[in-house]
Amino acid sequence: MDTPHLLSIKGLEVRFRTEDGEVTPVRGVTLSVAAGETVALVGESGSGKSVTSLATMGLLPRPAGRVSGGQILFRRRSGEVTDLVTLPLPELRKLRGSEIAMIFQEPMTSLNPVLTVGEQIAESVRLHMGIGHGAALRRAEEMLGLVEIPNARDRIHEYPHQMSGGMRQRVMIALAMSCNPALLIADEPTTALDVTIQAQILALIARLQRDLGMGVLFITHNLGVVAEVADRVTVMYAGQVVETGSVKDIFQAPRHPYTSALLNCLPARARHREDGRRVVQSIPGSVEFVKEGCSFAPRCTLAADICRTGAVTLDDETERSVRCLRWREVLA
Amino acid sequence: MWLKLGQRLVSLMIVMFLVATMVFFLTRLAPGDPAALMLGDQATAEDIAQLRQVYGLDKPILVQFVLWLKEIASGNLGHSIFLQRPVIQAIAERAEPTFFLALFSVTIAALVGIPAGIVSAVWRGRPVDQIVSGLAMLAANIPSFWLGLIFIQLFAVRLGWFPVAGYGEPGAPFVERLAHLALPATVLGIVNSALIVRFTRASLLDVLSDDYVRTARSKGLSEARVVLRHAFGNALVPIVTVVALTAALLVGGAIVTETVFGLPGIGNLVVSAVLRRDYPVIQGALIVVAAVYVLINLLTDIIYTLADPRVRY
Amino acid sequence: MVQTPAILFFRRMFRRKLVLAAFIVLAVIVLMALLAPWISPYEPTSIKIIRRLKPPGELNWLGTDEFGRDILSRIIYGARASLGIGFAVVLVSMTVGTLFGLLAGYFRSLDGLVMRFVDAMMALPDILLAIFLVAVLGASAFNVVLALSIVYTPRVIRVVRASTLVVRELPFVEAARALGVSTRRILSVHILLNVASPVLVQATFIFAYAVLAEAGLSFLGAGVPPEVPTWGTMIASGQQYADSSFWVVLFPGLAIVLAALSLQVVGDGLRDMLDPKLRKTL
Repeated sequence: MDTPHLLSIKGLEVRFRTEDGEVTPVRGVTLSVAAGETVALVGESGSGKSVTSLATMGLLPRPAGRVSGGQILFRRRSGEVTDLVTLPLPELRKLRGSEIAMIFQEPMTSLNPVLTVGEQIAESVRLHMGIGHGAALRRAEEMLGLVEIPNARDRIHEYPHQMSGGMRQRVMIALAMSCNPALLIADEPTTALDVTIQAQILALIARLQRDLGMGVLFITHNLGVVAEVADRVTVMYAGQVVETGSVKDIFQAPRHPYTSALLNCLPARARHREDGRRVVQSIPGSVEFVKEGCSFAPRCTLAADICRTGAVTLDDETERSVRCLRWREVLA
Repeated sequence: MWLKLGQRLVSLMIVMFLVATMVFFLTRLAPGDPAALMLGDQATAEDIAQLRQVYGLDKPILVQFVLWLKEIASGNLGHSIFLQRPVIQAIAERAEPTFFLALFSVTIAALVGIPAGIVSAVWRGRPVDQIVSGLAMLAANIPSFWLGLIFIQLFAVRLGWFPVAGYGEPGAPFVERLAHLALPATVLGIVNSALIVRFTRASLLDVLSDDYVRTARSKGLSEARVVLRHAFGNALVPIVTVVALTAALLVGGAIVTETVFGLPGIGNLVVSAVLRRDYPVIQGALIVVAAVYVLINLLTDIIYTLADPRVRY
Repeated sequence: MVQTPAILFFRRMFRRKLVLAAFIVLAVIVLMALLAPWISPYEPTSIKIIRRLKPPGELNWLGTDEFGRDILSRIIYGARASLGIGFAVVLVSMTVGTLFGLLAGYFRSLDGLVMRFVDAMMALPDILLAIFLVAVLGASAFNVVLALSIVYTPRVIRVVRASTLVVRELPFVEAARALGVSTRRILSVHILLNVASPVLVQATFIFAYAVLAEAGLSFLGAGVPPEVPTWGTMIASGQQYADSSFWVVLFPGLAIVLAALSLQVVGDGLRDMLDPKLRKTL
């Protein structure tokens, strides 16, 4: 298989067994991340973006969730391309933490409270780099320095609860980077943080990405963040990709009504009313999974009859795709 | 941290005080004159009158209560006329079998219960979980004395592997004591493992869905390491609590098993005291058992405070 | 099919086959106890010295004891005493425990006192506290019920108090208070109905504990008088013949295990159904 991409997800489908039967939170997702590139995966809660990232790591909650279709192709350091969906678990474990690493949304709970941060980083280093305890701890110290934690030599002996949320997220990043991964999946890494800390963490990830040449899959619902970090953007809605394009295309010429609506929600685009106050827009309604037609149709101001009945496929061009029957009218 | 332990200490002292109160007043519910009861059937009226004076039984009941509390607080648990020695001495003489029985039983229960609970949680809903959970449920509902009788029949009478009953001759080597303790400790270990299995399973399942467990998996750790190092370490508090509680309750709760196996322990002492209506011994044993329970609780709290990094700082 | 709440209740309850099986076993034991005079093959007290300690066979399915009494008949009659005592304990401890649990949970001023007493009673092992109480009160069926009720009431208080603490903060209680509903009515209607399900679950567990504890007390000779056939007294009087005639202790013990186990499983099933949150863990 010939693919220029580091990560290439094709037609991914994920199902969950629940008390009320089976649900399909991810329905045919296709996206790719090249080496050295940051791709933002955007969507509101329930769009399936987090499930997509967990599926890539093979971390879907078992036994309820499973990948029921599609491929997740990953180019390994050796150059070999493997499908992570079919890769046996012991093989996948060798990739996790070494070639693919992940940062999670909740820095307050994502670190083990009873182990020191140094131990938690060193554990991963020892496993993947095959070095001794002392060397691994030195590596942990070095990593804490890299993520700009002052006084790293002492701080490796601290427990997570002794650190602030921003500090813990830096530790998470240090942990993720400790084995020089080729791909970093960041699942809303700044959502739980203060705005000022957010900016620092984003800058840190951007710098590390540049220095280390990683591919980054950056999951977020915040378009402001997207503008800051991403090279390309994939927008998800109700378990499907609705639009993909470069960050410039998406922001300047969105093709999908949902993307436009999202952009209109940005505070920067708030309209000034006559009395001088600004009105931030919102999209009425919430995500629904429809059986027929376009998923966004129930909330779309441009929806026509054909949107509610017809099959809506992803209109695929190189580097630019959109899932809308009437996108040309949106542009107009 | 010290404040928290201090508060705990105060509340445990209150518990001790209430146990003493209950024991004192409930004993007075017994029909008949306490002095006459203490002396037994052959006592003369003079003996009884004398004893009433010695024990202050002619004073108002609240005064008696305060006097009694003072005695207990100074470690004097009274005198057993039947056994012709201080209650504290009678209990101390019987403490060894009870102590070792409780120790070995809780060890067996933990060694069986914790791994079984872990297996059950990791393979939740699978056949192995159903088997383990089913066996735990069964074990919890077997009367220990009946299981004891069956074990005696099987392993002592039929197979002759262990002595049938007793604790060996006075001054016998410890190995012989061990042989006598093996069966009762196994019985109590099995019966008490049930609760430990359930607690281990529940608290492990609880932490297995925590975020840091997902982080541990994302590092590429093996499932064994994820479960044993990351999840188990965080599930330890309720597990240690239930093990400590089991140990505490075994000190006075092995009455039936001690009787079945003829072990001369505290339980056995209580049963014979009950049958003889030897109230000072019953009261003393209750106080000692409650004190052990309270002490083990306090000890567990101290261990947590020392072991948990979140509390330590 | 019409989905009445009752049908839904039983559907969910018996989704697990084990719960259904336990329920059937329990029903059989209860029926056995109720119908004892009609279904037991012999009088439980009729002594036949020539047929003493006979192994299980055609005449006596589960054998005979040291007085030649039929063990099956004694187990059937024993169910009356054992389950009867257990059930009485459940009724008494539920009533008293619910009352104190509601009061402790609702009135903060009572909470400390009541809960310290609960702690004190739970510092003593069940069987030790029970044997002490029986020693004080005297050994009789009535006093066994009384003693075991005292032993298990603190458990009910704990459960009811915990639920009350949650329920009293719910908006509908607040609303009732705002509307001027009397405290007594709030407690006896609004809160009581909402703590009913954990109490019901606890009831089945206490039933199981009480059956086990009664057997233990009777075995020690501190329970019901030995001439009354209960599963515990049967084992107590049979134990000295166990070497030669194992059936004397084996079958009454199995009856205890079966009764306690099925109660426990039914209780588990009830809890799973009433509290979906717990289903995943315990």
